[in-house]
Amino acid sequence: MRKKAFSVIGKPLRKVDAMAKCTGDTRYADDIELPRMLYAKLLRSPYPHARIRSIHTERAAQLEGVSAVITGKDLPEKFGIMPSTQDEEALAVEKVRYVGDPVAAVAASSEALAEQALTLIDVDYEILKPVLSIEEALASKEESERIHSWNRRANIQKAVSFEFGDVVVGFARADEIFEDTFFFQGNTHLPMEQYCAMAQYGPQDKLTLWSSTQTPHYLHRALSKVLGLPMSRIRVIATPVGGGFGGKSDPFSHEICVAKLAMITGRPVKITLTREESFYVHRGRHPVKMWVKTGVKKDGTLQAMHFRSFLDGGGYSSYGLATVYYTGALQTVTYKLPAYKFEGVRLFTNKPPCGPKRGHGTPQPRFALEVQLDKIAEKLGIDPIDLRLKQLVDPNSITVNGLRISTTGLRECIEKVAARADWKKKFHQLPYGRGIGFAASSYISGAGLPIYRNEMPHSGVQIRLDRGGGITVFCGSIDIGQGSDSILAYAVAEEFGIDPADIRVVTADTDLTPVDLGSYSSRVTVMTGNAAIQACGKLKEILLPVAGEALELPVDDLEMAEGQLRSRSYPKRAISFAECVEKAEGKFGTLGATGSYSPPKHPANFKGSGVGPTPSYSYTTSIVELSCDPETADIKLHKIWIAHDCGRAFNPLLVEGQVEGSVYMALGEVLMEEQVFRKSGLHKYPSILEYKSPTTLETPPIETILVETDDPEGPFGAKEAGQGPLLPVIPAVANALYDAIGVRIDEIPITPDKILRALEGRLKSVSVPWFDFPPPIKWQPGDGVGVQQKS
Amino acid sequence: MPKRKKSSKTDAAQKGWAKRLLRLKVNGEIKEVATETSKTLLEVLREDLNLTGTKHGCELGECGTCTVLINGDAVLSCLVLGVESEDAEIVTVEGLMRDSQPHPLQRAFADLGATQCGYCIPGILLTAKVLLDKNPHPTRDEVREALSGNLCRCTGYTKILEAVELAARGEEGQ
Repeated sequence: MRKKAFSVIGKPLRKVDAMAKCTGDTRYADDIELPRMLYAKLLRSPYPHARIRSIHTERAAQLEGVSAVITGKDLPEKFGIMPSTQDEEALAVEKVRYVGDPVAAVAASSEALAEQALTLIDVDYEILKPVLSIEEALASKEESERIHSWNRRANIQKAVSFEFGDVVVGFARADEIFEDTFFFQGNTHLPMEQYCAMAQYGPQDKLTLWSSTQTPHYLHRALSKVLGLPMSRIRVIATPVGGGFGGKSDPFSHEICVAKLAMITGRPVKITLTREESFYVHRGRHPVKMWVKTGVKKDGTLQAMHFRSFLDGGGYSSYGLATVYYTGALQTVTYKLPAYKFEGVRLFTNKPPCGPKRGHGTPQPRFALEVQLDKIAEKLGIDPIDLRLKQLVDPNSITVNGLRISTTGLRECIEKVAARADWKKKFHQLPYGRGIGFAASSYISGAGLPIYRNEMPHSGVQIRLDRGGGITVFCGSIDIGQGSDSILAYAVAEEFGIDPADIRVVTADTDLTPVDLGSYSSRVTVMTGNAAIQACGKLKEILLPVAGEALELPVDDLEMAEGQLRSRSYPKRAISFAECVEKAEGKFGTLGATGSYSPPKHPANFKGSGVGPTPSYSYTTSIVELSCDPETADIKLHKIWIAHDCGRAFNPLLVEGQVEGSVYMALGEVLMEEQVFRKSGLHKYPSILEYKSPTTLETPPIETILVETDDPEGPFGAKEAGQGPLLPVIPAVANALYDAIGVRIDEIPITPDKILRALEGRLKSVSVPWFDFPPPIKWQPGDGVGVQQKS
Repeated sequence: MPKRKKSSKTDAAQKGWAKRLLRLKVNGEIKEVATETSKTLLEVLREDLNLTGTKHGCELGECGTCTVLINGDAVLSCLVLGVESEDAEIVTVEGLMRDSQPHPLQRAFADLGATQCGYCIPGILLTAKVLLDKNPHPTRDEVREALSGNLCRCTGYTKILEAVELAARGEEGQ
């Protein structure tokens, strides 16, 4: 890696909003109050699957203090995050599809009154047979079992099939073939802040919506569609998000309902969902059943893989179209795979809709892949790390499914994590009951394509230079805690050689800021960072000649550093940044510039090739050391080592924080958390106490190693850090457990009951259903499209 | 349509619960507020006193987010009524600063990147303050134990534990 000298990038600076978050000054959505504000509540279905015969709201509407009551008839237009699967209604019109599906909304002068009014709404339901599992969804035959009517086959939302390279030849070349089945149970995001939104409809016929959302731009589109208002009349302000993890990435019923209620009443309307409601809103990790067949040579090199996934999608499409592709997209970006077949299907069931959670559709297959590799290594008598090291993907290569790899730090991540954990001395050598496990992974630094296909930039940044040397940076990105506001300040400060404290950041307001597509797919640092650098470049073209003229120096000799524009050769010949801005404004008028970013075009162009491409892939490796008591199956985690190729750490504190948080979230998923439902469709654990997630006591020491690869696609070389580090931890725990006590648990979460059954030889392997997948789309790599590199 | 005769339950919801004048001492200041006796301290702080620095994550006493100090003890403000809190010294996150100077814990949390979304941080800062007030030099395990009732979904706790220890050492951050 080439060394670069930075003044801001790479420094462990405070986040721009750090102190405000420590003093209580940060205003989250529910902290906003407006005069004359009303409170809204949603009436939710108590049944998982039912037809609505009638809804009577008259009694509720007559209650004194109730300002408005609305039902599905008031908001019939369908919406959804993906343009091709818009199957949601703000309030159910004809049917409810999961317990918690909203059917009516009330605005009243207090929350208690709104709740009281809900009890006065009479809904007559015709109860239908609920479909509650992957198997039931696949077996749905009768019309009454059909959850949606728009899809061709009952309860099959989307089935996909691909073949890359020659899989038949690949398996024929293999010396050994391994077949395994896996199940990854669903789980939810559980951000500490509940969902909250507030709407105001002003006298100028303009709507303002404040919401705790990761995707203000897509919410803007959905509001316009459902409310029938042009986007130009709607302002969406994303308030600082109190935890998202993917759970606040859809446009939601409660956001649309408060907007409609504000339009009807002419008063501000706020809604804050309860914690229990938040469990039902969900959009979290899909339960996925997987079947994996892998052919290898005796030396462990992969020859072919055939992967099948079955996704339990819940009642609506949400992001599911993308999720099903993601369960098959990234198997190819860690190890060389010459032939690969993928078949996936997402089913509708009468449960809260699943969507994107940290890692979106890739932790499930990564679990399967990395555990199977562990099994392969054992059978072949090869150290599992050595097995991987001999077949890592090359930098500047294209995978069998057409994904372009720019840089990869996977080898360095493996070597570093193995050295720190003392792998060679521990693997297979710890006493019974104690074990160590390894896994590796990769993730995208932002989706290569926007959700709505168009030619517009994915991220826009506007910079205004103030008299006096201040800078205001405007960007649609929303800080969900990952530090995206700080990233903008750091990038601009680095480019101009000024202190980040002299920069104000204005973000996530559709009236004020250029569009950024949102805080999803780990896209923000790469995309807003590049857009900010481009905007800075335009302003430098104005400022540098002005400074050159003032200092009587050629522009080539000038640099921007320490708040000055100065000579590289005689640093004392300098003018301050503020003085230069004043001179430039005097000469050219008001100073500002915009920058845009769109990811590079990806090499493959088959149908479905839009999921998987990205400017760059991050790489992560993890080693877990744990003990398992064979009597109680209680697991104690001793330590997690994790190495992450982040391209370049904009701020090592923030990158480490993302890595540590990902490890934590992975540990919750692998050992504790489950989003599971009773036959009645009710959530089994709809509270923080019942839905067990790790506290300080269950979270072990985490040692983070940052690997920098200086990726040419990234701003200052950066890649993503927010999601990828979750991926290897889950299989590493499963592999460590096997090393400790010699049993394989191929189901997530790995709970004591499963371990005990496995120890007694009673744990059945995961059953995977049969499905007649469509014939595969075939694509051969290397059809004349070379590796594109940023010049 | 004819007006329905209102039920007594409806009356209660409309009129609200009985109100009382509460006299609370919050962050060293006496505050008087007329509010429903049914309101939790969390609701009184946020809705009547506009001290929105105190957050809520469940309102069932399960997450620790709404922690405030009552007479020097960390208390879940969602499980205490406003009327029970009279005559007590209440400290919220807004009361941690002194003369616009941040508390060492606030400085350490900001310096070490211990805040991500920040939503759980007010509760964690106050819980940590109680720990350090009673045990100025806690071990890592003592910090873990003290904070085990405060959930954080962002950080993996690592930087939070480090920040509490940094504040305990009384050193400046990086």
